[in-house]
Amino acid sequence: MATKASRAAARLMISPAVLLLLGWMIVPLSMTVYFSFLRYNLLMPGDNPFVGWENYKWFVTDPSFSAAMVNTLLLVGGVLLITVIGGILFALLLDQPMWGQGVIRIMVIAPFFVMPTVSGLVWKNMFMNPVNGIFGHLAQAIGMQPIDFFSQIPLLSIIGIVSWQWLPFATLILLTALQSLDQEQLEAAEMDGAGWLSRFWFIMLPHLARAITVVILIQTIFLLSIFAEILVTTNGGPGTATTNLTYLIYVSSLLQYDVGMGSAGGVIAIILANIVAIFLMRMIGKNLDA
Amino acid sequence: MARAVTASRKALTTAIAGALAFLMFFPILWIVVLSLKTEVDAIRAPWQVLTSGWTFESYGAVQERSDYFKHFWNSVIIAFGSTLLGLVIAVPAAWAMAFVPGKRTKDVLMWMLSTKMLPPVGVLVPIYLLFINIGLLDTRFGLVIVLMLINLPIIIWMLYTYFREIPGEILEAARMDGASLREEVLYVLTPMAIPGMASTVLLNVILAWNEAFWTLNLTASKAAPLTAFIASYSSPEGLFYAKLSAASVMAIAPILIMGWFSQKQLVRGLTFGAVK
Repeated sequence: MATKASRAAARLMISPAVLLLLGWMIVPLSMTVYFSFLRYNLLMPGDNPFVGWENYKWFVTDPSFSAAMVNTLLLVGGVLLITVIGGILFALLLDQPMWGQGVIRIMVIAPFFVMPTVSGLVWKNMFMNPVNGIFGHLAQAIGMQPIDFFSQIPLLSIIGIVSWQWLPFATLILLTALQSLDQEQLEAAEMDGAGWLSRFWFIMLPHLARAITVVILIQTIFLLSIFAEILVTTNGGPGTATTNLTYLIYVSSLLQYDVGMGSAGGVIAIILANIVAIFLMRMIGKNLDA
Repeated sequence: MARAVTASRKALTTAIAGALAFLMFFPILWIVVLSLKTEVDAIRAPWQVLTSGWTFESYGAVQERSDYFKHFWNSVIIAFGSTLLGLVIAVPAAWAMAFVPGKRTKDVLMWMLSTKMLPPVGVLVPIYLLFINIGLLDTRFGLVIVLMLINLPIIIWMLYTYFREIPGEILEAARMDGASLREEVLYVLTPMAIPGMASTVLLNVILAWNEAFWTLNLTASKAAPLTAFIASYSSPEGLFYAKLSAASVMAIAPILIMGWFSQKQLVRGLTFGAVK
């Protein structure tokens, strides 16, 4: 039983964390919203007049905005497709009895721990470089024209790199979920004559549904903010071929010093992320009651 | 109960899984190989790379030309500093919520989590301007603060789930045996909480070590951790594959090893307890 005194002590113990997070949320957030209504460029000193929705209008009507939205969608969607399907297959495979399971699992998970700038640069140079990369060497060896990944299929290349980083995450989560499946249920189904496919479709997949949703939501939150991989490989190019929303906002705020425009973009990014966050929070909240 | 499986089927699964695992792991393996070659050999075709001589010279060259260990040290300070600072703030909070839950505890937890959903780029401008004004740009202290704040919800959340697994009956038993609050915390709770705290630290050091949005945008050269240092290889002059590989191997090796120990906690930490 919690007494009144222990309640007060508990409140005191929680307050530093709450105050810090409150400050971290409210101060920069309200500044972003405030800046987004100002004409404010660091290259043009002077007063920063209030301009209403002008920044939003410019940001949204700029052709690079629609390009960035499409790229963001393709990047997030492409990586999700690859990692979720690949993750399910990997999890099913790793769940089977085999020798050296521990070592195999460790090798599959390893890419998740590679920092984004390293994986971006390693794939760009050691693999996708048309002259010196492994793919280039292999293409030449069999007499084919090497693909220049970052000029011919730039967005697809980045989707590939990011998928390599996130496939281990999906695999690990789905494998964990799969291992909590009741084996007797599967055996009973097998004895009743259910084939492998129907066991997968009617027992495993429903059991995994929740974990799959969690993987999709959490990855979406992180994938919306992909930045380092683009910075070290293509700088958003060629043109705007690999510019996502995060990168576009980075360009307008830190490269063009347009604080007002960058902030307007920031507000849009926050709204987008929140749409996903609402669903994720609901799922996590439900679990908290259990 | 494990089902009986024929040896041949087991061998087939092992072969398929092993081959796929090798493909996933290959890029990491390959930079280890390239880091042990000369620059001239490192850009040859893979079969020529494997048959060429081995050398450690790239590791020395990375340190000599770019003061590698300064950046390594920055990473260590930023990753551990932010995690430990976060722990100091999170332990009391998680403790209170786990052992003295109130009506609003769940709301507070969910709200804390929601701060994690804020896309960093949404607050890039104000944080950047604030850092310029306070003089925190390109300082390790500034990054420790920012990374502590972005990881604080995860730390609190993980600790909360661990603390909740400590059975309340044990505390009651200790109290009945006449333990004071101090003894209760010191001899009963702490030993039970240490494994959970260790996993929390492990996962958060990994996350902070690999964080590559704030570290790239808020540092120039002085406080740049390895994420930012490696990014400087994106505009190279001349041959650099072997040196890039050596720098990369040293940057990911410690975290790879820590990561292997934290597989289970990774699931719990990154799904906020939604998948266990």
